[in-house]
Amino acid sequence: MPKVKVDGVELEVPAGATVLQACELAGKEIPRFCYHERLSIAGNCRMCLVEVKPGPPKPQASCALPASEGQEIRTDSEMVKKAREGVMEFLLINHPLDCPICDQGGECDLQDQSVAYGRGASRYHEHKRAVTEKYMGPLIKTTMTRCIHCTRCVRFSEEVAGVDEIGALYRGETMQISTYLEKAAAHELSANVIDLCPVGALTSAPYAFEARPWELKKTLSIDVSDAVGSNIRLDSRGREVMRILPRVNDDVNEEWLSDRARYVVDGLTRRRLDKPWLRRDGKLVAATWAEAFDAVAKINPGSSVAVVAGDLVDCETMFAAKKLAGALGSTLLEGRQTGLAYDASNLAAVNFNSTLAGIEEADAILIVGSMVRDEAPLLNTRIRKAVKKGAKVFIVGPQWDPTYAATFIGDDLAGLGDLPAAVSDAFSAAQKPAIILGGAALGKGALGEGLAFAEKFNLVRDDWNGFNVVHMAAARMGGLMLGYAQKGGIADLVAAAPKMVISLGADEVDFARFAGSMIVHIGHHGDKAAHAADVILPAAAFSEKDGTYVNTEGRVQYAEQAVFAPGDARQDWTILRAMADALGVSVGFDSFEQLRAAMIAEVPALGVEGLVDYGALPAAPAGAKAEGVIAGYPIKDRYLTNAIARSSPTLQRCSAVLLHGESFAEAAE
Amino acid sequence: MLSGGVHSLMADRHIEPDSPELRARWGNFEWTAANAEQAKVIVGRYPEGRQRSAVMPLLDLAQRQVGAEENTQGWLPIPVMEYVAKYLDMPVIRVVEVATFYTMYNIAPIGRFHVQVCGTTPCMLRGSDDIMAACKGKGLKKGHTTADGLFTLTEVECMGNCASAPMVQINDDNYEDLTAADMERILDELAAGKQPKTGTQLPGRHTVEPAGALSNLTAMVDANHDYRGEW
Repeated sequence: MPKVKVDGVELEVPAGATVLQACELAGKEIPRFCYHERLSIAGNCRMCLVEVKPGPPKPQASCALPASEGQEIRTDSEMVKKAREGVMEFLLINHPLDCPICDQGGECDLQDQSVAYGRGASRYHEHKRAVTEKYMGPLIKTTMTRCIHCTRCVRFSEEVAGVDEIGALYRGETMQISTYLEKAAAHELSANVIDLCPVGALTSAPYAFEARPWELKKTLSIDVSDAVGSNIRLDSRGREVMRILPRVNDDVNEEWLSDRARYVVDGLTRRRLDKPWLRRDGKLVAATWAEAFDAVAKINPGSSVAVVAGDLVDCETMFAAKKLAGALGSTLLEGRQTGLAYDASNLAAVNFNSTLAGIEEADAILIVGSMVRDEAPLLNTRIRKAVKKGAKVFIVGPQWDPTYAATFIGDDLAGLGDLPAAVSDAFSAAQKPAIILGGAALGKGALGEGLAFAEKFNLVRDDWNGFNVVHMAAARMGGLMLGYAQKGGIADLVAAAPKMVISLGADEVDFARFAGSMIVHIGHHGDKAAHAADVILPAAAFSEKDGTYVNTEGRVQYAEQAVFAPGDARQDWTILRAMADALGVSVGFDSFEQLRAAMIAEVPALGVEGLVDYGALPAAPAGAKAEGVIAGYPIKDRYLTNAIARSSPTLQRCSAVLLHGESFAEAAE
Repeated sequence: MLSGGVHSLMADRHIEPDSPELRARWGNFEWTAANAEQAKVIVGRYPEGRQRSAVMPLLDLAQRQVGAEENTQGWLPIPVMEYVAKYLDMPVIRVVEVATFYTMYNIAPIGRFHVQVCGTTPCMLRGSDDIMAACKGKGLKKGHTTADGLFTLTEVECMGNCASAPMVQINDDNYEDLTAADMERILDELAAGKQPKTGTQLPGRHTVEPAGALSNLTAMVDANHDYRGEW
């Protein structure tokens, strides 16, 4: 723990800290472009120069200099001021003065720092260099003349995403950032380079010229595109969410966001259900709310009701629907739309117990039936970090490119009981062994076998629980906590042949199986469920309501409402409350606060932000044996996984260009 | 298009764009038997797990093989870079970064002889303009290859031969202490398929020892001498 002096104030810094980190600990702001906490140190922008004694009598790049005992660091001296002005002047030599037409304007590091640390005016009168734009795919817009060569994008692709595709070509004044042969950046985290770019060289193509940062209202929310529960910020203007950006949460998404989560945004305004619809003579016709509730009342289902929760709904909606079904006398609730029927009696057995941050510590990981890259992209970056620290990864299932060294040990689940020596040796020797079960494994009934594996290799130890299930639906853990699980899965609902099925945005269900039921769809997008519905009640998307979500590691998080639902659409709980009136029952709440209070009274864990304690892992069921071959993974198209994503032109285009190799003619500019 | 590049006052160096013709010509590139041996030796020089470090010598080897195949100095078509990347199991972009960074890798087609005239201050003071003019007189044009495919002319910065300025580098050889006449003769001999005398062109000079009599540090000819008292 070296002691250093920053601007005359002595402080102790952690061993291994850099001078820049020491200055930050002392509360000093150090301008920087290339340095980023989560990337390797490049030291090439020179903006973080400070004066350090002992050392050569010149300013030093603080980001790449280790703090050592007895250093005297000055960030406020004349030398530092001049050094920053000089660096800034050099950086601006080739930087265009196009801030008024640059999308980064208003949130640009270069702009901010030139105001704070630069000279007032330029002394440069020569030609500025100009660099041609590079094609980087449908998400990233490039204006390479603005690039200051910090190489953050290069380091992100290589280190975090694990896809070496962006590089710095040529040298000196002719240096350029490009993808190989200007192919599209095609991985699932590509758009994070837009956030990382400290200037306007890489900006968001779909968001180009849409809004300025200062006109946006910022709302804290939770991503619903997968079960990671990435913390996001919704930037909205008027009634429209303009963009989605990640928020920093080291426990969940660090500061990254998957492309799918980021670009669902333009799906929020398209294919919306903005008025009630009724099926008359086999055709859907627009209706008023009064007519719609009359139709619901006419169904008069008695207690013959089932509720299917979709992947995107919040806990409050599911709880309100549960109360409604309960008031009618039914407990037929299910959220696992595609027919999964794993045992959900003990939630510790279906939780990601290692936690997302914790899995980085694992030293042996067995992934069974999960294409983690598509199912939970930001979990994959965590596993990648573990591998970088030396973890061995084995995968059961069809081959996919994990971006890290992993051994595929076949796709036959029967192999789980009879593991190759390399796997059992690795797990016997491991200090923190972990298993990750994915949807494809759960579908084959591998949960029991997974628990047996956990017992065999002692995955639960002091301070370590290596048993993990990775879900794909944002609503899953919340749904399981609220009882949205039947013993036989959705087949139990089908067998009960309910008179009325309430679909809470359940767009992945095969409604042909409910041919005899009246289907009341409470949803926000005209997607699959709407085609099967008899009554459509337009509801709010995740951006249009407050809500509680529980991610795959059992972390309770709250999202806030950013905008209002379009047209006649209403928040889901109000619809369910009104349905109760139409059906002549009482659900016991009249406001959102009452609803949330009732929910927390019933499931107290939902009232506490953070990880839920599900207790101890259950014993493996006797004779648990998984069999069968994992033929494929549930996600067929990583960009179009839910109703909002399917409605998004940007994600449709990503799917077409990046997955199906279509090419689009670029509009001439 | 990688060829767009940076438009500046500096020489524009760019990768030969990818094209079906390029793929057809070089898509099947692989080491010759001799070079396959050599490549193994080169990779073997690096410790286990550090094989990627061999990228620079292998790119050179590939460039020479391309040169041998088409009787030029050699260059690196995109499929050849991809071959090297595959050979070393590394991302292509990392290979392209190296190839575009170092100017000794030619990334566009080049002539039989790559004439690199040094134009930095010492050479300039010693008459590199005349050397350049002599090249021009022989039909060479900066940044271009002559129509017969023999000569590609570039002006380069310091090659570290200031004591025998002016100089040119042609493929693997240096020609120093040049006059315009020397330059013309060298180009003629090369065109005629002869190997001109390399190194200094001054009669009686061998390397970069003083030309003529010693002009300074004369007191040190026979024994060590401490000059410090005389400063």
